[in-house]
Amino acid sequence: MTTRTPWRPTALLAGLVLLTAACGGTTKSDVAQQSSASATAAASSAPAADPNAPLKQGLKIAFLPKQVNNPYFTIADNGGIEAAKEFGGEGKEVGPSDASASSQVSYINTLMQQKQDAIVISANDPNAVVPALKQAMAAGVKVVSYDSDTAPEGRDVFVNQASPEDLGRTEVQLLAEQIGHKGKIAVLSATPNATNQNTWIDFMKDELKKPEYKDMELVKVAYGNDDDQKSFTETQGLLRSYPDLAGIISPTTVGIAAAARYLSDSPSKGKVKLTGLGTPNQLRKFVKDGTIEAFELWNPADLGYLASYAAAALASGQITGAEGEKFKAGKLGEYTIGAKGEVLLGKPTVFNKDNIDKFDF
Amino acid sequence: MAADLARTARRWEGLILVLLVGVSVWASLGVDGFANGSNVSFLLLDTTEIALMALTMTLVIVAAEIDLSVASTLGLSCAVLGGLWNAGLPIEAIMPICLLVGALCGAFNGLLVTRLGLPSLAVTIGTFALFRGLAYVMLGDQAVADLPPAYTSLATASIGPIPLASVLVAVLAVVAATLLHATGLGRSIVALGSNEEAAYFAGVRVKRIKFWLFVASGVMASLASLVYTFRYASARADNGVGLELAVVAAVLLGGVSIFGGRGTLPGVLMAVLLLGVVRNALILADVANEVLNFVTGLLLVASVLAPNLGAVWRRRTSPQVEGKSVS
Repeated sequence: MTTRTPWRPTALLAGLVLLTAACGGTTKSDVAQQSSASATAAASSAPAADPNAPLKQGLKIAFLPKQVNNPYFTIADNGGIEAAKEFGGEGKEVGPSDASASSQVSYINTLMQQKQDAIVISANDPNAVVPALKQAMAAGVKVVSYDSDTAPEGRDVFVNQASPEDLGRTEVQLLAEQIGHKGKIAVLSATPNATNQNTWIDFMKDELKKPEYKDMELVKVAYGNDDDQKSFTETQGLLRSYPDLAGIISPTTVGIAAAARYLSDSPSKGKVKLTGLGTPNQLRKFVKDGTIEAFELWNPADLGYLASYAAAALASGQITGAEGEKFKAGKLGEYTIGAKGEVLLGKPTVFNKDNIDKFDF
Repeated sequence: MAADLARTARRWEGLILVLLVGVSVWASLGVDGFANGSNVSFLLLDTTEIALMALTMTLVIVAAEIDLSVASTLGLSCAVLGGLWNAGLPIEAIMPICLLVGALCGAFNGLLVTRLGLPSLAVTIGTFALFRGLAYVMLGDQAVADLPPAYTSLATASIGPIPLASVLVAVLAVVAATLLHATGLGRSIVALGSNEEAAYFAGVRVKRIKFWLFVASGVMASLASLVYTFRYASARADNGVGLELAVVAAVLLGGVSIFGGRGTLPGVLMAVLLLGVVRNALILADVANEVLNFVTGLLLVASVLAPNLGAVWRRRTSPQVEGKSVS
């Protein structure tokens, strides 16, 4: 009854396709040409910064994390809100409960409506948020990205945790020490599109090319989507697929906690080494029970704190985001903006059973 | 009985309209930044993909079927777009191919439902995973973002506060509403939704209609994928994850019976707007995301409960009817 007719519209569509293809149209290479042309044209008129301008009072700064109710972002954003109190501003955290690419966009739009002075964002997708951020910037809102960058045209300044290179390489070094530079290793990441995770993983792969790691092999990059359950089952899957796995690097706080929980109850506890990025409060018990030897992180509260000061400096006209500009960030001291508008927080801290009790976050 | 149902339906849509107007007035007066052109424009733009897919979902659910694979079809279509764009094809050729992909996805669902007689719930839960999986196979974890500015700006452009994408929705809504409410085909869809066997014996070509409804649903999902991809300037395999639930939710809130045979498109469009307005206003009012999800959930539970509660209440208050049906 239905088989005869479907082909007619199908053929029509196929005809249309051929027609448009034959007439030519916009292709990837056309767009690449255009954008490189416009980039060279735009690189001039930047407003001057006044390094001596005082921080404005009553600045409204909104923190838009990848997702709310994620302990890492709660700490970071509270650090930022704390900073805002110090300079007489007003900070708040808003955001989606899922870490999907597009859900941040409606928040950006509403923050613009609320006439916030600055948005501090950790991007779920470096590009999907850019059109909305550009609109906000055109309306006078300053944009600082932290933790996970947007495409550069979508923000004024990027506050980076530590250099991605340091983080990626030190995680491999940390794990190599624990497994004696030998054996199969895997990575348990967040989402496949997370900018920061992927940059770190690239540096991990690069580090592994060095001769001292010739007996180590990265067998798989698994994705837990920053979801506790998924990360848990992915860990389980890794151990099943590679019974001789020597170690796992999980460069995400959600992933490492889930992996630690799985390992601590499994016969592989202490045998399969686990390291990566986590918070001391989250992993204290696993360090004490021997599931984890050592892991690392920057101080997320400091990250939010620094991003907050950067936002205030932008909104007060102290800086514009150009390389070489300096601003003061309260208790953290003075920072200088590097290439491409990046500010580095500093080197990561390694936590183990000897020092973990000194940290509470 | 039918007249009774029709009255309940009208009453429900009246209620949605009152809620929509009420919430909008409340938000305009009480929420800073709600009642201005650019916010209205955002709000409308944010509902476009859901609205597009809800149009065909309404028809499908009125026909007593469901298509849970729409958001996955959207994702697959985005992945195809991204893949072909990377391969250097012109975007004008890619767009019809995307629509074709949507049509094929819909045809696959339709064939499984009509030829093998499988329940659409089961079929589309399967293809929900299948199409999304295929999307990841096609594009992996890539995000294709270097799309032509002419199209990305078209997707966010607006005439006054009315986005172009909403004009597209409005035009298609008129088409869909005319089809459902003013044509023989529409009457057939309602008839087969309320009693498939009776409709079949009355000469309604049940299988053919169902097949094409699924195809339409697939095409609409890929049309939504084009809007989505250009709007966010990002083609990814995980685009639109979870949207199918938002679509079904809007359709049910709009007064369409999950059992088929009842529902109107104006009701569904008002529900799409209501959910959009509530979401936008609550975010503007700095209400936490959890509360927002709770409020949306509450609206939906109410929308499913209310008609049935009404029926129970009527039965309770007219015991002689209950007595009759028991004996």
